[in-house]
Amino acid sequence: MRHKFQLNLPQLILAVAIIVLGFSTMYTLTKTQLTVFGNDFTSIGLLISGLIFYVGILIIVAMYQDETVLSIAILIPSLVAVAIFVYGFILWSLRVSLSAWQGLRPDYTFVGLKQYIELFSNDLRFNIDIRNTVMFTVLFILACLVLGLGLAILLEQRPKGENIFRGIFLFPMSISFIASGVVWGWLMNPATGARLTGINLIFHFLHLDFLIGKWFTTAMPWGMAYTVIPAVWQLSGFTMALYLGGIRSIPEEVREAARVDGASEFQIYRYIIMPMLQPVTLSAVIILGHMSLKIFDLIVALGKGDIRLDVPGIYMWTTTFSGNNYAQGAAIGMLMLISVAVLVVPYLIQNMRSETKL
Amino acid sequence: MRRHVILRVLLYVILIALAMIYLLPVYLMLLTGFKPFNQVDLKTMWDLPTTGLYIQNFIAGFNQLSPNLMNSLTMVIPEAILSSLLGSINGYLLSKWKFRGSDLVFSLVLFGMFIPYQSILIPLVKFMFTIKLYGDIPGLVFVHIIYGIPITTLIFRNYYAGIGTEVLEAGRIDGASLTGLYRWIIFPLSAPSFAVVIIWQFTQAWNEFLFAAVLTNQSHWPVTVALNNLAGSQLVQWNVLMAATLLAALPTLLVYLFLGRYFLRGLMAGALKG
Repeated sequence: MRHKFQLNLPQLILAVAIIVLGFSTMYTLTKTQLTVFGNDFTSIGLLISGLIFYVGILIIVAMYQDETVLSIAILIPSLVAVAIFVYGFILWSLRVSLSAWQGLRPDYTFVGLKQYIELFSNDLRFNIDIRNTVMFTVLFILACLVLGLGLAILLEQRPKGENIFRGIFLFPMSISFIASGVVWGWLMNPATGARLTGINLIFHFLHLDFLIGKWFTTAMPWGMAYTVIPAVWQLSGFTMALYLGGIRSIPEEVREAARVDGASEFQIYRYIIMPMLQPVTLSAVIILGHMSLKIFDLIVALGKGDIRLDVPGIYMWTTTFSGNNYAQGAAIGMLMLISVAVLVVPYLIQNMRSETKL
Repeated sequence: MRRHVILRVLLYVILIALAMIYLLPVYLMLLTGFKPFNQVDLKTMWDLPTTGLYIQNFIAGFNQLSPNLMNSLTMVIPEAILSSLLGSINGYLLSKWKFRGSDLVFSLVLFGMFIPYQSILIPLVKFMFTIKLYGDIPGLVFVHIIYGIPITTLIFRNYYAGIGTEVLEAGRIDGASLTGLYRWIIFPLSAPSFAVVIIWQFTQAWNEFLFAAVLTNQSHWPVTVALNNLAGSQLVQWNVLMAATLLAALPTLLVYLFLGRYFLRGLMAGALKG
């Protein structure tokens, strides 16, 4: 190991120059304001000059010839950013959720679990939110898995134009939840009689009038079930791609061997391919589950504030920014975080362990 | 043999029926968008335009959304480029220069991509207000870059893990340092994963709603916020709304259409190792 300081004079001069430049810009920006095209760029300027300053430090660190130290030193800005913006802000939110902060002025009086207890004991809206989230999550995951696996098996039969079909099932993924919610809001228009329109009108053309429904305006709690439709439209293709990748990674010899033993195509799927796809199903459940537990934009665009379609994400948003009930908003945010963490943290730990073994 | 033919026909019937259902929303947007104003009626939603194609709906939709499309574009381009650079450096260090505890650090970073942003929203808004980055596009770029660190690091780290150590060993023998190896070996090999990350971040930031709605004021609204506002307004006719929705979705749709390969890879990286 060559853990020694190797002085490189030109580099040292460069480093000092960069440090001085970064520091003096930082110092100037704390005294004055930087405006570009009428926008206040002071903070961005501070950030950039701070990074310039840090590059100078890195050049000096590099002279120590210890590459582990250098590697950590380069990582530090990103790690600090994540530490503050993810973990620091979560702790800050937690503190707000334990406070009595109502109104625009911060109030950090400690009131313990008061917000949480109220949400669970006598908050009707939050009750609806929990029921809606559970319903959405269960239906969304089930529908995506069934449809995704079905589509993957269909495409696995290698039809002509396989790529085109795959593209058609996948493209909704690239559209925003907002745009999807707006279009599906019109497709699932609940108007009846002379104003019949959207998919209901198609049902009418096809003489399937008994299918005409009120969609997401159906009486509680079942209206929520229909909000799953656009979400499944967007993510069933993704699930299909996961399964397709899983099926194609099973070696052909495995199937061949089963065929030799006299298994039918159905039996091969049922007893050989399906069990081998379990890890894919687990990944899919975790990815889809964490999305549905925090579903927000889609319901904003589709429900337009309808309380029957409310979810925690929307409640947090309105109570915080319209009602100024910061403590309650923070508590809802923390509960959402806990629900996601229960799902994701075991997966991350398992993922880390399996990697370390390799 | 007969049974085989029937099954094959059935396969195509099912696939085509499903494809038609998946395309229905886009068909509606195109159909409504190309009709003249006087043929737009909810009762005839599915009728084809009778007197040729008109683009007045798209022009009206564009007039409504053009400032917001501009806002989204000025936000998304620097965001995608900067966060891919950052992700590339982080991914390189966390895959090729592992230190004790680096896997734990990586897992802790990765957790940041799953959190519901409602759980950090109040501190974030207060913080952005304090540092005067609230209300405008640069602040939104900054936030997207920070919360993009987990996914960009993940994609690059997985990609670099596939580059054999022999290549790096050869570079070491030639006397290259940590930075030299990145500059001369890793970076030139990174083009595919840069494509994946830039496309992924572009799509994510373009489609994002929560940060955009909370951190910008009306004159700086990106297109998702403006579209949602348009949809809730009584003054805009639904035919214009359909055209506007298609315009808002068009950039990511085009990216998907032409660079779908890379888009899919970003998607798969989101599923970790699977």
